[in-house]
Amino acid sequence: MNNVETIAVVPTILRRGGAWFSALGRPKNAGTKIFCISGHVNKPCNVEEELGIPLRELIDTYAGGVRGGWDNLLAVIPGGSSVPLIPKDICDTVLMDFDSLRDVKSGLGTAGVIVMDKSTDVIRAIDRLAQFYKHESCGQCTPCREGTGWMMRVMHRMVQGRAEVEEIDTLEKVTKQVEGHTICALGDAAAWPIQGLIRHFRPVMEERIAQYKAARAPRPMPMAAE
Amino acid sequence: MAKLTVDGTEVEVPNGASVLQACEAAGVEIPRFCYHERLSVAGNCRMCLVEVEKAPKPVASCAYPVADGMVVKTDTAVVRQARRGVMEFLLINHPLDCPICDQGGECDLQDQAYSYGMDHSRFAENKRAVKDKYLGPLVKTFMTRCIHCTRCIRFSSEVAGVAEMGATSRGENMEVGTYIEKALTTELSGNLIDICPVGALLNKPYSFTARPWELRKTDSVDVHDALGSNIRVDARGSEVLRILPRTNEDVNEEWLGDKSRFSHDGLKRRRLDKPWVRQDGKLRPASWPEAFGAIAAKLKDLPGERIGAVAGDLCDAESMVALKDLMASLGSQNLDCRQDGAALEGGRRDFYTFNTTVAGIEDADAILLVGSNPRREAPVLNARIRKRLNQGGCPVAYVGQPADLTYAARHLGDGVAAMEDAAEVLRGAKRPMVIVGQGALRRPDGAAVLAAAWALAASVGALTPEWHGFNVLHTAAARVGALDLGFLPGPGGKALPAMLGGGVDLLWLLGADEFDTAAIGADTFVVYQGHHGDRGAARADVILPGAAYTEKGGTYVNTEGRVQRGYVSVQPPGEAREDWAILRAFSAVLGKPLPYDSIQDVRDRLAAVNPVFKTLQDLPHRGCTDQAGPSGDPAGVGREPLQPAVPNYYQTNAINRASATMAECTRTYAAPVLQAAE
Repeated sequence: MNNVETIAVVPTILRRGGAWFSALGRPKNAGTKIFCISGHVNKPCNVEEELGIPLRELIDTYAGGVRGGWDNLLAVIPGGSSVPLIPKDICDTVLMDFDSLRDVKSGLGTAGVIVMDKSTDVIRAIDRLAQFYKHESCGQCTPCREGTGWMMRVMHRMVQGRAEVEEIDTLEKVTKQVEGHTICALGDAAAWPIQGLIRHFRPVMEERIAQYKAARAPRPMPMAAE
Repeated sequence: MAKLTVDGTEVEVPNGASVLQACEAAGVEIPRFCYHERLSVAGNCRMCLVEVEKAPKPVASCAYPVADGMVVKTDTAVVRQARRGVMEFLLINHPLDCPICDQGGECDLQDQAYSYGMDHSRFAENKRAVKDKYLGPLVKTFMTRCIHCTRCIRFSSEVAGVAEMGATSRGENMEVGTYIEKALTTELSGNLIDICPVGALLNKPYSFTARPWELRKTDSVDVHDALGSNIRVDARGSEVLRILPRTNEDVNEEWLGDKSRFSHDGLKRRRLDKPWVRQDGKLRPASWPEAFGAIAAKLKDLPGERIGAVAGDLCDAESMVALKDLMASLGSQNLDCRQDGAALEGGRRDFYTFNTTVAGIEDADAILLVGSNPRREAPVLNARIRKRLNQGGCPVAYVGQPADLTYAARHLGDGVAAMEDAAEVLRGAKRPMVIVGQGALRRPDGAAVLAAAWALAASVGALTPEWHGFNVLHTAAARVGALDLGFLPGPGGKALPAMLGGGVDLLWLLGADEFDTAAIGADTFVVYQGHHGDRGAARADVILPGAAYTEKGGTYVNTEGRVQRGYVSVQPPGEAREDWAILRAFSAVLGKPLPYDSIQDVRDRLAAVNPVFKTLQDLPHRGCTDQAGPSGDPAGVGREPLQPAVPNYYQTNAINRASATMAECTRTYAAPVLQAAE
């Protein structure tokens, strides 16, 4: 079984030779990739580019830039919904190939670049992915069947802030318990986005919890004589 | 063979074995839920994760094939953490209801939670709840407890051969069940209870009855069919509460038929617990001396040829040899054990046993069933045939009424004549099997059918010194033992039909209920010795209460000719006694005491009558060295269609006719009441 992307690149390789193809990109990350840029960009598109193109160049050149300018960027999921997101400061410099993204603890995956600007509720965004993976889980093996539902429910509460700060650690441990213990890669895919969120946006999550608590903090009881 | 290291121990296992098997060979126990030796590998519970050197992540040992030089670690921090993680996931949606769960005390999840469980739960969400399913009168479900190991699904489709269980929905909404709610149509459904690692599938009649640690466990042998499945009888006080299979690779592996497992409630109903004597046409309770006195008075001056004895289907060999000796001392040759009139003769043992052996089925490469529906006659044996078929290269054909045997079998025809067509199925096979059922033998031309089947087996090369492919599948647990003992008419003696209709003046029925008692002559004095108030007791003039199979140490010979022994689990009720002891006591009343005073003496006598009783369990491999067939004339085969030997699997003897559970099964399966809309 081969995907269309592989087959589509074959004629050109045959025409121009393998040396040409492997000269593209960096060593061990050679060739081209079809990037699918979606989300908060001015011109979402599908584009074939050389591996190792800087993320910023990719978005600015082909997708018409981030909505509201590069400084309005919050985070990017660089390799499809299953890989951990990377925040703006990494996006500034990262190269779009396998090794560079692995070095920033994300991955190129399918090269489905999901761009999120500052209007995004990033917790809500990752919660939506958790919901997706819970729905996609086939239920055959234990960690994924039970773990995706657990993670989704905790994420639902994290969106509101209806949780304890310690639960962020529990959630992270649960993702680690799912990751690498399942039959197929869906368990990993469900775990990684949440790991990325906690790695880069933990302060946001803690703030959300604090807000929720503050809004529901017991008001001092008025005394009778007052 | 592959050599690998498990926790520093070097082991050698066959190529193609799994890492889990290698670990077991090295003496390392791997926790598991979904893996089962006799089912296909699913690899979905993830409890058996181990570390393999050079593998990037922990691997499921049940599904990972071994390789030469592999280094396996089963007790590292990674492995422990992985298993703890899996255990936590299994428990988050598993109810914490062990105190009210029938599986408590024998639950895999409970046991393994001791090693890998946490002391508290980190799961703060709502637990999943699943609606219970209806799977019939035997299996109770509590689906919220299900951990989705899919053992039940694999068992029903692979072993039982009914693809009725499955999973619907996916992810955490996945539910195991039958989709359309109906009773499972398999005779092996009780095994689902055993293979379920948690309390999701439970024993319905045993619900909320006892805890496993309260039970007294006794090894025994099943008598409800002729397979002689090895069982464990669990009793508390004087009551048998449940029956479980005991592993015996040569007989029942670890399976048990539903009739054998669930009939035990019949042991509490309709029991004969005191002697009865008929007075003025009505039975009245009596004492043992009165009962013995009444028989002795009748026997006085009665010549031997006017006395007869019939052994039933559930008798142990000890009581049959005692009755045989008693009859000999009275000068009677009128003995019979073939209540159904099967044309079986004593003498050569391979004319009436399952010579290939049950385990031998797995070596066969073509099978012909003649007048036998093993699904109803011995479902566990049928599962063995199915197991052989699943391996491929073994066609099965049958002659008899069309039936669903749970596997693809070619129906050759209703009559014995269709056996002719079988030659093409069997010919060319190196190790063909012919299995003759009681349905083919209990006909007027039974002897001819037996001879014809033997002739067929001989002609297709099933009878060689290396391979004995001629088999008789019995339905009665006592039959082969009785034939081994020669519980048959002696010289000039009468068979059962001749004893009926006034052929004898005193008829001693040893648990014999499976013939038409109305055919007994009106003036014949009937002594019924047995444990249930069934047909035989209803006709009796004197009833001697005996012991059921769970209440006596008994020797039974299964259809293969395997001698097996059960032990006493509970005491017989009331004044009932072990059967050989009753006969011994009665012989003393007659002044002709039988020459044995202990069960060991009786067993020595058994061994003297037939040396096969000397060996327990051990069944030597048999070939056929003498091709001369049974005495019948193969040409005498009639044209009538073959009839099934067991029309209703669930009710075949006095015990299961008294069982409420079996009555319920009969209502559900054998004679379902149709609803108006159907």
